[in-house]
Amino acid sequence: MSSERRLPPAAHALINGDRRVLARLITGAENDDPGARAVLRAIYPRTGRAWLVGLAGPLGVGKSSLLNALISHLRGLGQNVAVVAVDPSSPFSGGSVLGDRIRLDRSPDDPGVFIRSMASRGHAGGLARATREVARLLEAAGFGIILLETVGSGQVDVEIREVATTSVVVLVPHLGDEVQTLKAGLFEIADVFCVNKSDLPGADRARRDLMEFASLGGGDPGWTVPVVATSATTPSGIPELWQAVEAHERYLDSSGKRIEGERRRLTQEILALAESRFVADLSRDPTLPRRLEPVLARRLDPETAARRWWVERRKGRT
Amino acid sequence: MPSAKKRPPIRVLIAKPGLDGHDRGAKVVARALRDAGMEVIYAGLRQTPEAIVQAAMEEDVDIVGLSILSGAHMALIPKILELIRKEGAGPIPVFVGGIIPDEDARRLRKLGVKAIFGPGASLQEIVESAKRLTGRTS
Repeated sequence: MSSERRLPPAAHALINGDRRVLARLITGAENDDPGARAVLRAIYPRTGRAWLVGLAGPLGVGKSSLLNALISHLRGLGQNVAVVAVDPSSPFSGGSVLGDRIRLDRSPDDPGVFIRSMASRGHAGGLARATREVARLLEAAGFGIILLETVGSGQVDVEIREVATTSVVVLVPHLGDEVQTLKAGLFEIADVFCVNKSDLPGADRARRDLMEFASLGGGDPGWTVPVVATSATTPSGIPELWQAVEAHERYLDSSGKRIEGERRRLTQEILALAESRFVADLSRDPTLPRRLEPVLARRLDPETAARRWWVERRKGRT
Repeated sequence: MPSAKKRPPIRVLIAKPGLDGHDRGAKVVARALRDAGMEVIYAGLRQTPEAIVQAAMEEDVDIVGLSILSGAHMALIPKILELIRKEGAGPIPVFVGGIIPDEDARRLRKLGVKAIFGPGASLQEIVESAKRLTGRTS
């Protein structure tokens, strides 16, 4: 193909499965390096078919251990699998300890697995800024299934919905009474619920509560969110969990929701990228200090100042 | 994406090759490096040389720190250095913490280990050395 020849050399190496180049390009994407950006532009037309499965859920529910069990299950099925595990960066030092690899004990000479840890670097929402780009690099390198593990924290880490094709929300028994399931946020993004550590007492109750929540609907009327009980360390329930994920993929394809989701995710992505450019541009605007003064002196409120600024800039530009 | 041109964080792999289960030191060092603003990939206990080098490659780290207290350092560390070379990973600097007799330390340095920290080493020394070895002394 003639387009093949126009690819940057690094993109070529990436597509040919050079893992070292893949690892370097991921670093480049994280650091917003121009070389990585050029490769991302070049490979974009070849991406979009990979299946991104997100694992979200509070701290300590066993997401990393589930990942480990899923990797062996998928390798058993002969599937290549890449993993992106995100952990938080310190808001104080900017540093982080990325510890998800500890629980991932796969054979080091298996080329069908690639694992990368990412620090959130101050990005809110449970993922790192460059997660989408990293997933595209992994897809271009030949990984058709990409598992994303979010920062384990709270009820509002819902950005995974804007990146993953299927979101698995992982919970454990005794996380709270059924009122928890009424809350907004994490529960609403689930395409599949997973009750992990289901060997613990209270698992049946947790499952029932979630099934009841799922049966109330509210999300996609065509899809009833399945509830799967697993124990990542035993392990048990892992094939069932993957079957539930596959059933969701089949549903997305047959209902046309996959394209709909893609449209929503890419709209969000363009908006977010444009927004960050606008914000960077605005923060360099020389009139900003002058606009601050009346607000500081309490003569003008911030909302009015912002609106005037916006109107003036629009007049000046277009 | 536009961002203030600040330098990306140093990425470090901290791993314990071999069979000893004493990871207190490795964890303390991981934390000190984190507090110095680095991204520390903590690979944990009982890692084979192959797994360590694979992690260093996939994570594209700038430097590798190995903690070893079992006495097997002369068997494991040269193997790791050799695998890094084979991997074509370029010159990833390696530092070692643990109880390493002077004679072994000399041999390990000759083989390419960039720094060795014994029980008396301060965390600040280790942090400074990691910065220096990755060319980030400022």
